[in-house]
Amino acid sequence: MSVFSDVPQAPPVAVFKLTADFREDSHPQKVNLGVGAYRTDDCQPWVLPVVKKVERLIVEDESLNHEYLPILGLPEFRSASSKVALGDDSAAIKDNRVGGVQALGGTGALRIGAEFLRRWYNGVNNTATPVYVSAPTWENHNAVFADAGFKDIRPYHYWDAAKRGLDFTGFQDDLEKAPEHSIFVLHACAHNPTGTDPTQEEWKKIAEIMKRRNLFVFFDSAYQGFASGSLDKDAWAIRFFVSEGFELFVAQSFSKNFGLYNERVGNLTVVAQDSENLTRILSQMEKIVRTTWSNPPSQGARIVSKTLNCPELFAEWYAANVKTMADRVLLMRDQLKSKLQALGTPGTWDHITQQIGMFSFTGLNPKQVEFMIKEKHVYLMASGRINMCGLTSKNIDYVAQSIHDAVTTIQ
Amino acid sequence: MSRPGGSVDEKEVNQNGDPGGHLSVFSNTLTAALSTDTRLLSAFKKDTQTREVYLAGREYYSEKGKTFELRLVGKIKQQISADPTLHPEYPSSRGLVEFIRQATQVALGRNSRTIAENRMFGVQTPGFNAAVRLGAELLKHWYDVSAAWCGPVYLSVPCDGSLASIFQAAGIPDIRQYYYWDDEQRGVCLEKLLADLERAPERSVVVLSASAHYPTGADLSQNQWAVITQLIMRRRLFPFLLLPAQALCYGDLERDAWPVQYCASQGIEVLCAQSFSHCFGLYGEAVGHLLCVLKHSSLLLSMQSQADKIVRSLWAQPSAGGARVVATVLSNSAHLVEWQGEVKRIVKRCMLIRAVLREKLRLLGTPGCWDHLTQQGGLFCCTGLNGQQVEFLSNCRHVYLLPSGCVNVSAINSRNLDYIAESIRLALNTSL
Repeated sequence: MSVFSDVPQAPPVAVFKLTADFREDSHPQKVNLGVGAYRTDDCQPWVLPVVKKVERLIVEDESLNHEYLPILGLPEFRSASSKVALGDDSAAIKDNRVGGVQALGGTGALRIGAEFLRRWYNGVNNTATPVYVSAPTWENHNAVFADAGFKDIRPYHYWDAAKRGLDFTGFQDDLEKAPEHSIFVLHACAHNPTGTDPTQEEWKKIAEIMKRRNLFVFFDSAYQGFASGSLDKDAWAIRFFVSEGFELFVAQSFSKNFGLYNERVGNLTVVAQDSENLTRILSQMEKIVRTTWSNPPSQGARIVSKTLNCPELFAEWYAANVKTMADRVLLMRDQLKSKLQALGTPGTWDHITQQIGMFSFTGLNPKQVEFMIKEKHVYLMASGRINMCGLTSKNIDYVAQSIHDAVTTIQ
Repeated sequence: MSRPGGSVDEKEVNQNGDPGGHLSVFSNTLTAALSTDTRLLSAFKKDTQTREVYLAGREYYSEKGKTFELRLVGKIKQQISADPTLHPEYPSSRGLVEFIRQATQVALGRNSRTIAENRMFGVQTPGFNAAVRLGAELLKHWYDVSAAWCGPVYLSVPCDGSLASIFQAAGIPDIRQYYYWDDEQRGVCLEKLLADLERAPERSVVVLSASAHYPTGADLSQNQWAVITQLIMRRRLFPFLLLPAQALCYGDLERDAWPVQYCASQGIEVLCAQSFSHCFGLYGEAVGHLLCVLKHSSLLLSMQSQADKIVRSLWAQPSAGGARVVATVLSNSAHLVEWQGEVKRIVKRCMLIRAVLREKLRLLGTPGCWDHLTQQGGLFCCTGLNGQQVEFLSNCRHVYLLPSGCVNVSAINSRNLDYIAESIRLALNTSL
């Protein structure tokens, strides 16, 4: 008898199942608007030219140290990452109260931050502290905080399906009613999956309530630069909260804005009250990392660090490569909206260009989504979320027509 | 040691966003105690003696005293970076398929029946500790589910300091020890080991080193394995095998993994954590693997899916770089031969250092028997020096050993050998 006989099968992850189904589909016009990765107009993954260049530099560098990276990660990567999030002239950085923990992607950063908060926030090992995640949110948020030990994970109002926008009233209400010291996971920009972000005025109001009610700010920042094309604009909310004096965490991912999905490059930026707090916090972070992966992988961190720390490479990355990706997404948004309007598809489609980042919440209902997949071989999430990067000049007409058919045929 | 000024009233935030006034939400966060590695290294760095030697490092050091990348690895990395067909995709949570295939083969042997019966699965992990963590999580959630198992886990004395905390982090608080290294015998004391395991409750997990035991370098013989596995089966214990430096004992990946193959052939369900850092010089790339051997293939789907689920909330996917290099080498017979050559050189050097050190100590008339130096294999060896003697070495001779008296033999070279041998002799004579 196996000691594992009673193990049930875990349910598959929706987005990966979608891609698997897409792969098996032999329809010539099939389109994958599911998984969140950038694609070129030829529907290919894209190795950023600057990344290729830096990879060669690294491979040819004879002076490279081949030892284990320190547990907290490559120092120059950590500082460059935090700087990108907080800005070159960040006062918090100058005050030596900002630190970073290199992590395995954004997921790793979230997990380390969550593990730390469970152990040291709001008491010691307080698993009852409520953790609020947006409704809807990236489906892994729940699992990360639950597996870190938090027992009480709740949704906060976010998406208003009727008006196809932010339910700001509901959001504020949840902030006012949340128990003091609750943790709130906020999307820094390009909200996944809705693509709908608070305005600057709304962020200010959110910050005001959170400060008054002693709520903890945990930013998830996976799309800086990728969303609007501007690093500063995409980090505005983070920087505003820091300027308001919040102690906060930012889980950063460089998967999208560097196209480094498989090298797992992330950073947990910690903004502490002062350097003394920071030292203690980082010492505990190190302990947590040691029991998770111990020494992080260096390849991706070296690429990002070299790029961010060298003006010419930084310019190429930012002004050329990041801009290319952001612009293509904006173009697809524009064209999809125009085509739907030209087709006379019922409903308003302004939200497609109002939303930001990789994803758009189309507003299609589950039945319409099923129609899209089964009849049209256009794969999207049951929530109606589409990845704009899956659209190309070659398939956009077909997709627009398919959406039109779905909306007019299925109610 | 938190910031003074415990006023809870909100003070005004000044222009610079200085939080001012109230207590940090982290004022109760304690400073973590430094790990052994960190403490030692930090003491060594502060030491300003010109004559100082650090023998407690984790990596393999060359004769020049540096870690290095295998020549072949450098070549492969160049090839990979020039390959236009490689795309940045999210790998699956399980990692690179070819890497998993190769890692599984070198643990179970190419002609393994277990593989033929497809009753095992592997997961690429970001390094060795991550493999142990994943295994610990699998055990915590799914080992003997109906009995709500929650430990105990048995670790050897001594062992890697982070092992206990990994199991605890996975939610298994009950960590116990079994006798392993015997100072007098300067080797493994099987009798006492067996006695401890005999007393272990049924369903305990026992963490055993398959080869190159850290930090002693003392490994179990094949006969000893046979006896231990008998006990394991009789007492219904679960073996979790460690291969932190696979290939560094015999210069052969498969040979180092013999205990894994033996357990699998006995029909025992096993977890095995592997690392390819040392034998590829890929320390910075976090290339690890967790192998899970099951009783039958019908268990695969559920176990694999649960492993995937655990990975998704830990690190989502492992990093591709290092695994790709390992897969490229292991799946190509020409590369394999070249790689084997480089690894054998490393292993030979370690063996030579052990022999030379033993000889040196004998020539100096150092008290005690030093045969164990050449009886053990791998990177590490336990000198048998006690705590006092170890302290003497660091304080008076500026030679740094692990607190257990163990050393990384690769850090010994022609420049420091005499000094080290003399220091050991002094340590033993001084505290008699």
